[in-house]
Amino acid sequence: MSAARLLKSWEGLLLLMLAVVVGLSIEHSPVYLGVGNIVNLFQLEIEKIIVALTMTLIIINGEIDLSVASVMGLSACVIAWLFHHGVPMPLAMLAALAAGGVAGLINGFWVAYVGLPSLAVTLAGLIGYRGIARVLVEDRSFGGYPDWFNAIGQRAQFGPLTVSIVVFLVLYAVIAVVLHRSGFGRLIYVMGNSLQAARYSGVRVRPVKLSLFVTSGVVAALAGLLYAARLGSVRGDMAQGFELDIITMVLLGGVSIFGGSGNLAGVGLSILVILNLRNGMGLADITGNTQTSVIGALLILSVLAPNMVQTIRDKWKGRQT
Amino acid sequence: MNWLQRHIQPEQVRELILLLLIVVAITAFASVIPNYFTPRTFDRIASSVVIIAVAAIGQTLVVVTRNIDLSVGSLVGGAAYFAGTIAGLDKGLPPVAVVMVAVALGVAGGALNGLLVTLGRIPSIIVTLGTLAIYRGVLVDLSGAKTVTTDSLPQWIVDLPHTTVFSLGRLDFTVSIVLMLGMVAIAQLVITRLNFGRRFYAIGSNPDAAQLIGMPIRRTLFTAFVLSGALAGLAGFLTLARFGTITVDNARGLELQVVAAVVVGGVNIFGGSGTVVGATLGAILIGTLEQSLYRLDISEFWRDALLGLLILLAVASDAVILERLRALWARTELKLLDKKPVARERPS
Repeated sequence: MSAARLLKSWEGLLLLMLAVVVGLSIEHSPVYLGVGNIVNLFQLEIEKIIVALTMTLIIINGEIDLSVASVMGLSACVIAWLFHHGVPMPLAMLAALAAGGVAGLINGFWVAYVGLPSLAVTLAGLIGYRGIARVLVEDRSFGGYPDWFNAIGQRAQFGPLTVSIVVFLVLYAVIAVVLHRSGFGRLIYVMGNSLQAARYSGVRVRPVKLSLFVTSGVVAALAGLLYAARLGSVRGDMAQGFELDIITMVLLGGVSIFGGSGNLAGVGLSILVILNLRNGMGLADITGNTQTSVIGALLILSVLAPNMVQTIRDKWKGRQT
Repeated sequence: MNWLQRHIQPEQVRELILLLLIVVAITAFASVIPNYFTPRTFDRIASSVVIIAVAAIGQTLVVVTRNIDLSVGSLVGGAAYFAGTIAGLDKGLPPVAVVMVAVALGVAGGALNGLLVTLGRIPSIIVTLGTLAIYRGVLVDLSGAKTVTTDSLPQWIVDLPHTTVFSLGRLDFTVSIVLMLGMVAIAQLVITRLNFGRRFYAIGSNPDAAQLIGMPIRRTLFTAFVLSGALAGLAGFLTLARFGTITVDNARGLELQVVAAVVVGGVNIFGGSGTVVGATLGAILIGTLEQSLYRLDISEFWRDALLGLLILLAVASDAVILERLRALWARTELKLLDKKPVARERPS
């Protein structure tokens, strides 16, 4: 991509936003670019940005998964429940990932094989999986996990990086290769552009969709596991409402809600913008709710601005001819 | 069968099934919970249903046009909070003025949503996801995280949940319930009988066709969002009347319950079909389950799990049963068309 085209593209816009936010933050605090602060920056929202990666695949495929936050909660609650019923921790962790896989399998079955709208199916999942999580832990809080488990989420084990951050980086690389360098990745785009066209070209669309939902479930469960390890205790309402933040990250990254377009570079930049924005606002004593509304405004503006430019350009052209 | 088919549409069959489900649920709960058939149970279910149902009317109007309004939770919370604050500042304010404040706030929020969707050409799910966060943020900022308390409210609002308009047997129909029933009746008539209302369906089932025959698409979509906002405002007022104590976190997550009611009520999430009465029945079923499971001590935590299952079943039955019913109806119609010329050839 040439420099001029980069400037006009979505990624260029995000890069500009990122530069402004980071610039302002550095001016505000000289330690901003220190390794400690950057690790901290990632740590605070690490579970959300992990799930945002698989959400990107789902949305490019033309679907949506609203149930991810509930699956995160379910996974954490499965670990808590099993561990407190005497199941060894590694087994409990495997069971949590399996629970995520089953949740994804259920979503995927109804969407891919029965043909129901994913918005409705995963809305049911959002409520239902959270319900199961609540049934497991009720209104109690489970703590007292082995040190090595808590360390997964809290301690820097790879140089300055935690396990969670390494998981994110590895997953980012894997998904980037799958999405942009493999045949499977092309299928995801093709199906997002036109499911009919994909089907008529002989693509076996159902297994592809199912596998995406299962992946989304397993990764959400993994994120829930990491969240439990980071907090060191589990409650029934863990990760509640995260789905909106996660979807915002993906859409701000330039992925079309209608599917078929967007890329992982954009989502990576959007993640950096949101993390830096939240951190910067935190340094400037702006609290959680205002932070969320600024990001909401950014989401709307990021779609509104290009639309407006397009409208003005069209009018200008109309006048010339 | 033919007589039946001529008088009942597939969509109405679906509403009848929903009605049947509500009856089955109530009978089942009555056999498990002692003293279930009391005015108190009715009161409890009704006060929860009215809020969801009023917001669900507006959501139906939006979903039928192939859009969605996720900002209702924040609008309901905002309207409840500010109407409560203003009513507390001047206790002499007439009730109509307090309701108008709540509705006006909803209208303002809905209008912004509508403008962004129509003039800004942004998908409604993105707009309302954003405004869901923005409206809540504005509420928290402006309020300074203070709480509206029952003490600060004028007496008539505190009394409103017990103010009865008429009674059927031992069941009291409060102002809130009557208000809800009125709104449902008006909205149902408008959306099924008036040209203005039919446009919502036309745009939702085929936007391109609606554009080609010259329907005012932007104006209609804008109206849908404004109405959704207005009804969310009204639901906010009902919330204020029900609880009295309103924190800035009030009605957080309500949008999911409202969308759930609409989906369970048989409104197609891709637009073009569904009715206000259906959405209301959806709200009643969800409200009945929620409030009744609450009474079964052991199952309190099963509530959400069951609700999720219910939504899934509703959507699945929509896809499987309703499609078959429609096909059956269409086939019968074809047969009737075939027979007509034959009947004309044989003079009696």
